[in-house]
Amino acid sequence: MYTFSNKLRIGSFIAMGLGVIFLAIGFLSAPSTVEEAKAMVAVHDDGHGGGHAEAAESHGEEQGHGAEASHGEEHDSSHDTHLLHQLQNRPWSALYVAAFFFFMIALGVFAFYAIQRAAQAGWSPLLFRVMEGITAYLIPGGIIVFVILLLSTLHMNHMFVWMDADTVAHDELLQGKAGYLNPTFFLIRAAIFLGGWIFYRQYSRKLSLAQDESDDNSNFVKNFRWSAAFLVFYLISESMMSWDWIMSLDPHWFSTLFGWYVFASMFVSGITVIAMVTVYLKSKGYLEDVNNSHIHDLAKFMFGISIFWTYLWFSQFMLIWYADIPEEVTYYIARFQDYKLPFFGMLVMNFVFPLLVLMNSDYKRVNWFVIMTGIVVLFGHYLDIFNMVMPATVGDQWYIGLPEIGGILFFGGLFVFWVFTALTKAPLQPKRNPFIEESRHFHY
Amino acid sequence: MASKVIQALYNDDDVLMHAVKKVRAEHHHIEEVYTPFPVHGLDKAMGLADTRIAITSFLYGCLGLTVSVVMMNYIMIEDWPQDIGGKPSFSYLDNMPAFVPIMFELTVFFAAHLMVITFYLRSRMWPFKNAENPDKRTTDDHFLMELGVHDNEQELADLLWETGAVEVKVSEKES
Repeated sequence: MYTFSNKLRIGSFIAMGLGVIFLAIGFLSAPSTVEEAKAMVAVHDDGHGGGHAEAAESHGEEQGHGAEASHGEEHDSSHDTHLLHQLQNRPWSALYVAAFFFFMIALGVFAFYAIQRAAQAGWSPLLFRVMEGITAYLIPGGIIVFVILLLSTLHMNHMFVWMDADTVAHDELLQGKAGYLNPTFFLIRAAIFLGGWIFYRQYSRKLSLAQDESDDNSNFVKNFRWSAAFLVFYLISESMMSWDWIMSLDPHWFSTLFGWYVFASMFVSGITVIAMVTVYLKSKGYLEDVNNSHIHDLAKFMFGISIFWTYLWFSQFMLIWYADIPEEVTYYIARFQDYKLPFFGMLVMNFVFPLLVLMNSDYKRVNWFVIMTGIVVLFGHYLDIFNMVMPATVGDQWYIGLPEIGGILFFGGLFVFWVFTALTKAPLQPKRNPFIEESRHFHY
Repeated sequence: MASKVIQALYNDDDVLMHAVKKVRAEHHHIEEVYTPFPVHGLDKAMGLADTRIAITSFLYGCLGLTVSVVMMNYIMIEDWPQDIGGKPSFSYLDNMPAFVPIMFELTVFFAAHLMVITFYLRSRMWPFKNAENPDKRTTDDHFLMELGVHDNEQELADLLWETGAVEVKVSEKES
């Protein structure tokens, strides 16, 4: 049995405490009037050139001017309100990006786990308890994301412009989408997705623990069947979740492979966290039977899925870049103009770095190499989510400052606390998994 | 110069693996093992040095990437610039995304093909070359281990029989 080390527990509490303070500062320092917003931007030099193409478009319509708004005083005042909304959105977006990022890690691990179950993989059963520990975060993480979405539908923030009835009234495209994209149905869908995921997670965990005590393989077989069926539900719901929770931030823009793209991001982050937690537990003397071939396999997945992510990123980018259709290309123009550093930095961290560092077979077995690459990959995928959310919500008013760091600290602390608490609840090595012997002797 | 070798045939890969480990433990040098299919872990058991083919593959990939960059720059930018989809080809960098699939394909193409050719050459295999295989049965269901004989023929034969060989023979080998 694993015992949660005090150092780690205290560390996670400190991170959560600091995170709450930073987030609170972020919320308190957000402007509440147009004048304050203008003053803030004036202090920060006039950062708003012609930059916020895409956000300006949707927010402009919010004020009832449309893309072809008249230029003049009216436009100026709409611009200022828009700026106010962007600045008010910033702490919310920081909260949302971090909440979604850590939730996404648990969801990625969860998909990996279900695939291992459905494939009846022989190498991985030794790692099942680690994965089950990480997926425990689905429950608090999912509830927090749901609450943020609920608060958005209650107009606590302006992240999702289509939730604003006034905006929709002046926007024909949004009226056309209103059958799907309306607050009630949005929340119902979110509840269905989260309900399905949490149900499977809890049920699979129960079967997994029951298998340890049983004298036949019926629980294992049941788990296999549920996992196969669940994966079908997961792939559909994950895709729709990514449209709802992220793509609808830019309600005029759409990409047909967005679901896969978000999936690749969560999958690689999830596998990275499995590898990091495994290496950590092993360094503390747990998981005796996990050998460096298991780490090697996880690192191979990190390498492979990083390249898969790049493939999807590029497939999405190149078609839009090449076709150059105005309503599609605004998405990338906003990122190229205002998000150069996070946008290209993310490509280096998520593609070039893992490609070069993890290419060598021997390096995939070196624990500190896996941890170091893992940290870079996780920051890279945080930036990925940042780039998906921020241009739509705060436009060119982004900055990685207190609220963003606070969000990472708070949810990182909560994640570590919840995951390692869950790991103490059951023996780290499954006893009666029919493949456990194969997993113990796994070598490459 | 002809050298004398002793060859032992096995009909099971597990027996072969144990035999290799035992012969190595007795400090005899195994010259070669012929198998009908790749035997997992045999290279480690024989104590062979790690292959360096991955390094050559990486270098070939870099070469392919360079070739594709130079080639597309010449074809699309320098030699015959065109305006495709409203994107005039005046600058390599501005048109780079369109060349990425080509860069990828040529990297893979160079890495894969040149690596295979390197592997054949390094294994001394080329067209019209006579097989070095000492016994045809190693292409079917037998495994053959070959050791050099240095005035210890009887000792080696006894050892090989002991390891579960189904046949042991001594032959002259041209080298």
